[in-house]
Amino acid sequence: MHIPDGFINVPVAVTTGAVAVAAVAVAVKVTNKKIGDKQVPMMGVLAAFIFAAQMLNFPVAGGTSGHFVGAALAAILLGPWAAILIMSSVLIVQCLIFQDGGLLALGANITNMGIISGFVGYYIYKGIDILFKHGRTGIMIGSFAGSWFGVVAAALACAAELAISGTSPWEVAIPAMGGVHMIIGVGEGLITATVLGLIMAVRSDLLKLQIT
Amino acid sequence: MKARWWITGLVVAFLLALLSPIASKFPDGLERVAEDHGFIEKAAEAPFQVIPDYTFPGIENEAIATIIAGVLGTILVTGLGFGLAYILKSKHEA
Repeated sequence: MHIPDGFINVPVAVTTGAVAVAAVAVAVKVTNKKIGDKQVPMMGVLAAFIFAAQMLNFPVAGGTSGHFVGAALAAILLGPWAAILIMSSVLIVQCLIFQDGGLLALGANITNMGIISGFVGYYIYKGIDILFKHGRTGIMIGSFAGSWFGVVAAALACAAELAISGTSPWEVAIPAMGGVHMIIGVGEGLITATVLGLIMAVRSDLLKLQIT
Repeated sequence: MKARWWITGLVVAFLLALLSPIASKFPDGLERVAEDHGFIEKAAEAPFQVIPDYTFPGIENEAIATIIAGVLGTILVTGLGFGLAYILKSKHEA
């Protein structure tokens, strides 16, 4: 879902760039205040896992592939602010070193895949977790649903940016981007729920590291 | 001997990077939409290229070039993630 340069216009690039800079600044502040010993390695591991997993595109219907985003996973494990820092690290390396995602579109990519996806994923997970009284079922359903909605929300934000930029009309961009990512999101949900399930089975203490 | 949990996590990440050549080559969701709705040609070339398309340049074997790119990228983001977290942690204690 990495937007290349040329898909969004300058106003959209500048606006999303400002959103990304502001969010990263707040994320640095919040994380700095509350980060502890266990969160340090978790940030490194999540960045590594998310980068590597994003490379593994999986086929979905009709000659299309999808890839893991990971913002919801990061947000569920470390909270949405630390997730912004992790996703920004990954997206900046992808942009500068691998030419995946445009330079001018970096702010939009951080906004969609780092901020929106993480926050949506986190709060849906939280809501379901509370609904199920913090049990195993809630964690599994919550991580699946949270990451599914996280991917779909990022795709809709991307579609809105394309529409505002005049690249693709609203009535085309929204259903097309939303539709294909509702399928890709199932892959995201399965990966996130699997990781959460494994952590819950082996080291459930690592589920309590959220920085909020 | 029990490995530290984060070493296990990193091993998993690097194993995934080694699997990168088996990734689907189909266009992703956004690329598919751009192709189907006629705006893929709007995509601009990057002004500079380091390791484009996750393929390390100058290596004939594509699978190996992809693995090298994947492992390099994983090392980079690991350093960035740990480094950033470490700095935020140490500043907060000071």
